[in-house]
Order: sequence, then structure tokens, then C-alpha cells
Amino acid sequence: MPSKGLLAAIIGRHRSDRTRLIDILRDVQAEFGRVSSEAIAEIAARLDISTVEVEGVATFYHFFTSRPAGTYAVYLNNNIVAVMKGRASVAAAFEKAAGCKFGETTPDGLIGLHPTSCIGMNDQEPAALINGVVFTQLTPAKVKVIVEAMRAGTEVQAMVAVTGDGANASKLVRSMVKNNIRKEGAVVLSPFRSGAAIKRAVRIKPDEVIAEVKKANLLGRGGAGFPTGLKWEFCRREQGQTRYVVCNADEGEPGTFKDRVILTERPHLLFEGMAIAGYAVGAKEGLLYLRGEYAYLKPYLEKVREDLRKKNILGKKIAGKSGFSFDITIKLGAGAYICGEESALLQSAQGERGEPRDRPPFPVQSGYFFQPTTVNNVETLCTAARILEKGADWFKSMGTPRSAGTKVLSISGDCKKPGVYEIEFGHTVRKILEMAGGLDAQAVQVGGPSGTCISRGQFDRAISFEDLATGGSIIVIGPTRNLFEVVHNFMEFFVEESCGWCVPCRAGNPLLKRKLEKIMDGKGTTGDIIELEAWGKTIKAMSRCGLGQTSPNPILTTIQNFREMYESKVHRETDFLPEFDLTASVQAAAAVTGQTLVTHKPETAHE
Amino acid sequence: MSKPKTPLSFTIDGRECKAVSAQTILQAAKDNGVYIPALCRWEAFKPSGACRVCTVRVGGRYMSACTQPVAEGMAVENDVPDIQDMRKALIEMLFVEGNHMCPTCEKSGNCELQALAYRFQMLVPRFPFQFPLRKVEPAGTKILLEHNRCIKCLRCVRGVRTKDNKAVFGALKRSKDKKIAVDQTLAAALPEAQAQKAMDRCPVGSILRKEVGFVVPIGKRKYDKTPIGSDVEKAKG
Repeated sequence: MPSKGLLAAIIGRHRSDRTRLIDILRDVQAEFGRVSSEAIAEIAARLDISTVEVEGVATFYHFFTSRPAGTYAVYLNNNIVAVMKGRASVAAAFEKAAGCKFGETTPDGLIGLHPTSCIGMNDQEPAALINGVVFTQLTPAKVKVIVEAMRAGTEVQAMVAVTGDGANASKLVRSMVKNNIRKEGAVVLSPFRSGAAIKRAVRIKPDEVIAEVKKANLLGRGGAGFPTGLKWEFCRREQGQTRYVVCNADEGEPGTFKDRVILTERPHLLFEGMAIAGYAVGAKEGLLYLRGEYAYLKPYLEKVREDLRKKNILGKKIAGKSGFSFDITIKLGAGAYICGEESALLQSAQGERGEPRDRPPFPVQSGYFFQPTTVNNVETLCTAARILEKGADWFKSMGTPRSAGTKVLSISGDCKKPGVYEIEFGHTVRKILEMAGGLDAQAVQVGGPSGTCISRGQFDRAISFEDLATGGSIIVIGPTRNLFEVVHNFMEFFVEESCGWCVPCRAGNPLLKRKLEKIMDGKGTTGDIIELEAWGKTIKAMSRCGLGQTSPNPILTTIQNFREMYESKVHRETDFLPEFDLTASVQAAAAVTGQTLVTHKPETAHE
Repeated sequence: MSKPKTPLSFTIDGRECKAVSAQTILQAAKDNGVYIPALCRWEAFKPSGACRVCTVRVGGRYMSACTQPVAEGMAVENDVPDIQDMRKALIEMLFVEGNHMCPTCEKSGNCELQALAYRFQMLVPRFPFQFPLRKVEPAGTKILLEHNRCIKCLRCVRGVRTKDNKAVFGALKRSKDKKIAVDQTLAAALPEAQAQKAMDRCPVGSILRKEVGFVVPIGKRKYDKTPIGSDVEKAKG
């Protein structure tokens, strides 16, 4: 039973504000190790809403648990690169040392083991979050030491012996995470002096700032590639009580981690970019929506924000411009991939379940608190700042005619040098594999599970909006991997992360996964491949948001590019095979009762 | 707040139609005697775009007719074989996602999911039945929740609120585990008329009145004689 006094203090700290329900739940989970029904009732009473409304929000997010998550709550990444890097043995080591299975908590409540979707550490897998602290490059031996430390009651942060490079080592981060910056490009990762961009921006009119970004042909870096200048212009033109700039720092696409590195090493550039966006669209307030997995960066980001206020890059009369004020709030998510979708992000930021909205109206018309809002990716805002600093012509001198500038890639999987690479648009996949040391790959997943899986024959395709668009995730799949397992891992991810709002995504993806399993089990026919394609097409066409509209891609793009793999796995001589093997299913029962099974052959029966 | 409504013309499957701005494609189609099937839609509530059965195609792009405003010159594709087949697939997905035993269901004949299955001439779903384990849950003294039949259309979530505007129904969890739940205290205090409303608005037999059943006999129910949508089509002949 949670103490009512403590609960009241938490809710009071958030001013009994309904829109801060996720912050309240985060604090409740941290304080009590779970969100109990008693806590839900108390929150509902104090916020004057129904219990089912609180429960709806609490049960939507992965990091809120109704049962005790464990004094030490271990969230082990289950994405495919973690699997490639030995997740199974690490998971087994955790189970053995802790004495409970994944999905359980030890009887004494000390250790809870939970699987979780990609935590943005693909360059240093297997990785886990323990009470929010990141543990990377885990091995069974390391796990043993960690669990022993848990039993000794060690503080989680104290288990981090060696810190990573750069700001990871700073007092406010103290994380073992490594940046793994392998290639610094000219735009995002090159050194930046605070103030260089905003000073130039405020010297010209907001319309001219927008014009410069349009001239540079900056396209959104989150993956969708919408022209940033146009988005700002739409937002500026819209009438509202106020306007907002929202930075989408909820990178959840499996295999992407470049925003993690930008947030660690270039937060001052990002915040300056947000201020510039604020100036351009006429917003006074910005919101950084930070994924719950990156909570370990929050104190540090708050410090950077404080420094920028002192430098007059945030706050009032920014860079000496009278009448221009702008500041930033940082809000945390709580474990939901869908919140990377901009309208779901806005719902979540308002304290709701992270379910996408219907569009129109678009966020530029009705966004954060239903006011005109520009939602931009971390990298986009950083890039916009550099465009204002150095000019559109400088920016357009890089990349391809239709894809100007650079792209920060997160490269992981079967390669020698996983990490972050900032490259000019137009680089071929082959060149990227050469840089990362993964030329022997059988396949490359470009753009994460929602992107495209390409085969060796397509390695000369170029990273660009006109050819292979990507939000930044590049997963190298080595020659000995079973590609079916990769596809299956991605489908499991989409099934788990669907918000469940619309029918095709909620009900359709489990059907696709099951059909894939039928083929993987050796029970598929050519008809099953045809059905996979047809069902996938339906889910893409009928789904409400980007998640459902891309969720069949792992299956569809591998059927397209690796058709022979599917064909060699199915029975081509027969039209239909049942998914259910009756003989095998009753084998155990027959053995117990001493009965002999007679195999029934349909073809002889018909003759 | 509201903008002046201006008349406009658009087409559905090549047929000239009239509408006024701010209407959705679904509303405009209805006014022109064209039926676009829909399942989560309820006139008085904000559309949710959850069932996707009303999906149409405009300029190669798919959109839900219940949420998309109609625009001058829009060429809407509605009654075309590939879209109709995908709509039918959605109906079939709903049938395999839950446990729908029509012959024993109190809502049979008044059920919109069943009616749509008839309209789309569904025989056997193309998808394997999932047979999920779901429970029947009492909700106060007046209603019960038959989770086996719930299609998560969110009509109850959107439309049933207390006098002081608290949500009586809500959605829990996500993905395939998403489920509808009630605030037990508020449900217990639900006035008689509102309990009836909750049941009537449920398109399937998921929200049921306790101690009342089969008041209207099978054979005299809403969709027993005429298929769903025929009222819309009849209006314009």
C-alpha cells in the first residue's frame, strides 16, 4: 500500500496537473516500484478524473507496471542487433543469477527482468537499462557481477565503474555509454560555437529565416522528409493563441541512436536550433520530448539549457533582439515507440495515451495543446541552425541536387566499426559498408524495420531522399545470419508497439507474424507467400498512421528482394498445408495412454 | 469559430455530388445517397478513425472518409473492387480477432459487425481464428462487458460520460492486448437511460444490459430484412 502522504507530495509537485499525468506516473513508478491500483485511485481522486482514465494512461507505457517491477528493474533490449551480439546468453545469465525468468520479479521483490524494445544502444549491444541507468556490452560474466552487486544492495549508479567518452563522462551523465562517432560531417557533428547561428537569425526577419531554410531545401531528418521551411511557414501563417516548437527526441526506430549522440555532444546546437525555429514561427515556448530510455541525459540537458540562458541564447530578449523570448521545457516519455509519431508524441506530451491523432488537422494547425506547432527531429533542428549560421549556398554545396547536406547515420549489426557516421547524401550503401567494415553483408536494413531490406545486388543504391531514404538506422546483416529471424524480430516489434487504435495494425500485424511463422516452421506453401503480400498490402493501405502503414515492410521488402529465400522454404508441390499438425499435437497424450497413432494420408483416402 | 459553409462539388466513383465545406467525405456521401460502410462512426461523436472500414482513395492516397473533409473537385474512389475487398478483410480481421458467436448473441440482427459481414457476403474469414481468452466482466449493476465481442471502436469511450464529464469507459493497454474497461464506481452510478444508451451505441454485443434480453425478437430486428446501408441508398433512390 503506497503511502498517501508520499503520493500527495508527488501529485502536488506536479500541481495536480492532468497534463502532467505521465510525469506523475513516472515519479510514482520510481518511488514505489509500480503503479498500483491504490495509487491509480488516489491519482484519479486528486486529479478529479475517473480511475479508468488514469489506468488507461498507466497501462499504455512499457515503463509503468502494475506489479512490482523489482527494486532493481532490468530492461534488456530485445532487438535483432542485441540478438546478434549475444543477447540469449546474457538473458540466460540474468535468469540464472537472479533466479527468475524474464517477465517475472524475484519473490523477494529485489530483481525484476523485463524485455524491452530498442533502447538506442545498437552500437554497444547487448545493452540494458537498470533503474534507468544504461549498461552496455553485457556479457554473462558482467551480469554475474551486476547481480551480485544487486544482492549486496549497491546503488545502481555505483555499478558504473568506467564512463564513456565525451559528455558521457561528465558529472551529470556518468554513463558507460560510448559515443562511437566514426565520422564527423560538416553540418551536425562539426564543432559549433554557441550563438553563431541565432545571432545571424535574429538579424533578419522571421520570414527571411524561413526563406533561407526553404532555399537550402532542408528536408526533415526523422525519416519522412517533409520540407522544414514549408512546415515553419505553415505554422507561422496559422492563427492561434500561441505557437509551439516541439523537438522530437523520441528516436525509437530499432537501430537508430544518432540522436542520442547529438543530444550528448551537441545539445547546445539543438537548443539554438529550437530557438531559431521559435523565432521563425513566432513561438515563445519549446518542448523537448525525450524518450524515456534517454532519461539519463536529462540532468545534463537541463544544465546545458541553464548555461544557454546565461549566455542569452534562451530566455528573454535573445541575442539582443527585443521582443524575442523563447525557452524550453523537457518532458520524458515512458517507453512507447509510437510516440515518435508526431501526433502521438503530442498526445503523450499532454499526458495522454500515446495514440496518434486523425489528420487533418495537422500539428502545424492544431498541435501541442491544440495550438499551431512545428514538430521537428533533433537532427533537423541542428541542421537548420547550421544553415542559418553558414548559409543555404554552403549547405547546398553538399549532398545531391535533391537531397542537400548531410545525414547522420546510426550503423550497427555485423560490421567492425558500428557507430555514428555523418555523411553527405549520395553515398552508396557499398561505400558505407566499406567505412563500417561490413562489406560481406548478405543484406542491409536501411531505415530500420519500417524501411527497406536490400540485397547485395542493390548495394550501389545511394542514401538520399530520391533513392534510399532513411531516418538514420542502418543494420548490417552478415552472411551467416538467418534473415527470417531478422524479419520475425521486426514483426514482433511492430505487434508489440502498435498502439492498438486501428483494426488493420492491431489485428493485422499479429496475423502477418503468424503467417510468417507458418513458413518458418516449414509448413508454408506458395499460397502463403501470396497471402503475406496481399495482407501486407491491405495493412499498409488501411492503417491510420505511419506505424501500420510501414509495419509490413520487413516482410514485403524481403519477399521483393529475397524471394528465393521464401520460395526455397515453402512446399511448392502442394497448394495448402495446415498450420496445425494434428499428429504431433497428440503425440504426448498418445504416449501416456499407450495408444499407437495411425497416420492418415489424404491422397490414398481419396482413391 | 465556424467558418462560413460554401457549396462545392466533387465526385464519388465518377458520379457528380454536391456538398458544403467542412463536411467529411462520409457525411457528404450520405447526403448524396452514397453509402460508405463504417463501423466505429457515430454521428454525434467526434470521429475516431479506428475501424478504417470507411477508407476511400483520393488521388491514389487512402484516407478514412469519416475524418477527411471533402474538397472542391475531389475524385473519391469508393465502390471499387480492391477497396471493397480490403474493407471486407478488415471485417474478417475483427471476426478472427475476437470470439463472435452470432447465433447465441443478444445483439444478433442489431449488430453492425454482423450486418457488414452480410453486406460484404463474408462466408469464412480468410484469416485463421485467434480464439483469444477473454472474460465477461460485470460493470456495476446495470451493464456487463462481453469482451469476446469487443471491436474497440471506442464509441463507449467517446460517448458515455458522467454529468461532471468524467469518462465512464476507457481503453487499457495497447497492441492486440488493448481492451475496454469501465470505472466501476461510475458505472454503478450510471442512470438507467445512460446504461441503455451505452448498449445501444455499442455496434456489437459487447455492452449488454443486465436482466434484459431479446426484448425485440429475432426477425424483427434492424438488419433482419434489409442490409446495412440501404437506408442511405434508398434516400436518393
